[in-house]
Parts: sequence; C-alpha cells; structure tokens
Amino acid sequence: MTNALGLAKPRAPRRPAARRSNFELYSWLFMRISGMALVVLVLGHLFIMNILDGGVHRINFGFVAGRWASPFWQMWDLAMLWLAQIHGGNGLRTVINDYARKDATRFWLKILLYVSMVLIISLGTFVIFTFDPNITD
Amino acid sequence: MASTTATEREGTSRGGGTLYRGDLGMWSWVAHRITGVLTFFFLFAHVIDTALVRVSPQTYDSVIEVYKNPVVNLMELGLVGAVLFHALNGIRIMLVDFWEKGPRFQRAMLWTTLAVWVVVMVPGAYFMLERTLSDLFGGK
Repeated sequence: MTNALGLAKPRAPRRPAARRSNFELYSWLFMRISGMALVVLVLGHLFIMNILDGGVHRINFGFVAGRWASPFWQMWDLAMLWLAQIHGGNGLRTVINDYARKDATRFWLKILLYVSMVLIISLGTFVIFTFDPNITD
Repeated sequence: MASTTATEREGTSRGGGTLYRGDLGMWSWVAHRITGVLTFFFLFAHVIDTALVRVSPQTYDSVIEVYKNPVVNLMELGLVGAVLFHALNGIRIMLVDFWEKGPRFQRAMLWTTLAVWVVVMVPGAYFMLERTLSDLFGGK
C-alpha cells in the first residue's frame, strides 16, 4: 500500500483520509504574497541605499538617524525585516527539506534556521523601536 | 512557441529516456534557489551590522566603512544583481502560477526577465561603482 516514502499509490483502493493540515498550501501562498510586497520594499531599499545620490558612500549614523526620524521609513524597514526573514526562512526550510538526507541533520538544520530567524527578527525589531539618535549625549 | 516538446527530446537521454535532463526552466529554478539562499545569508549579517547603531555612532560608522571598500562594493553589486534576478524571476513565477497564459509564455518571460535584468544592471552598476572607480583611478 505504501512505499518507502510513506506515500499511498495514486490508485490504491484506500488512501489516507484527508490531510490534517494545509500548512504547505499556506506557505506556498505566503511566498507569493510576501514576494509581491518584497519586490517593492527591497528594490526600493536597494535603490535608495546603493544608487540614489552617492549610494553607500553617504551612509553613516547621521543618515540612519535622519531616516528613522520618520515613522514611514521605520514601518518600511520593519515590514521589510519581518517579511524578508519569514520569506527567506521559509525558502531555506524548503531547501533543507530537499537536500538533508538524514532526519537528524534535517531536524538540527531547521532548529538552527528557526533560532537564527527569531534572533534576527527580534534584534531588528528591537533596534528599530529603541533607536536613539542622541545615544552619545 | 513555448518550450521544447516531448518529441524533440525523445531519444536524447541515455538509459531509457526517463531521466529529466532539464531545460531553461530548470536553470531559472536553480538560479532562483542560489540567489535566494545568498540573499538570506547576507540579511543575517546586514541586520547585525545595522544593529550597531544601538552601540555607538562610531562603532556603526566604522563597520559601515567596510561597505565602501572597493572589493566589498563589487560584492554589493553582485548582491544587487542576485536580488534583482530573484525579484524578476519571482514575478515570472507568479505570472506562471496565476495568469492563465502564464505557462504558455514562461520561456518568453524568462528572456524578458534576463533582458530587464541587463537593462537595469548596466546603469545600476555605473552608479554603484562610479565613486569607487573615480577614487581608484581618478587621480584625485
């Protein structure tokens, strides 16, 4: 009835009842929805930071302070941080599922991935909300 | 129009003809993966370097100086190229998935993606490297 992968053959007389979760469907949909938002957020970010008047050469603490004085750019960066981490993390989850051969390897690589996602999202969110332009005063 | 038909492929693969030998679409898939993973790893470093604004202006400024180094500047151009390909090919994937004519035009859309990539990257590279090149060779 089932093969080594635990999948029922398509024409098997009795296939398992309905799948318990639509997680992979929602993750597929999320990649497309977040992808559309990220096209605007990330390409906009790259254009401003790397190309617009002087690009990376004009970036310093004062430049960051000027941008984060505006709630608009704070929200832009916050949305970009969350969406990019979850979009990229979900992509890497797929890559790990595809290439990890042993269950233990797959498990630990995913734990490492999830820990790094939580770390980066928390750190980034913390920095955006607690940024202090007068930190040295 | 569209992709190579089954008959064109028939007999071209060794060992029974069931081996998937890939096509342009496979390479766009490979490139999408590589550019995606690359960008995700960069993001890890980038959020941490930006977080240094919470340490002190001097710490942040000294680390941001690294980005202005000619070699890192060139790597940054590579990153922009990777992200741009990923974005354009991502739009193509969405059109293949959601547009009724998408699958029929997938190959044409891949060439469009590459053409747009070149058209954006040429002026993009100019503006990103302008300062570095003039510092290195401008003799100022």
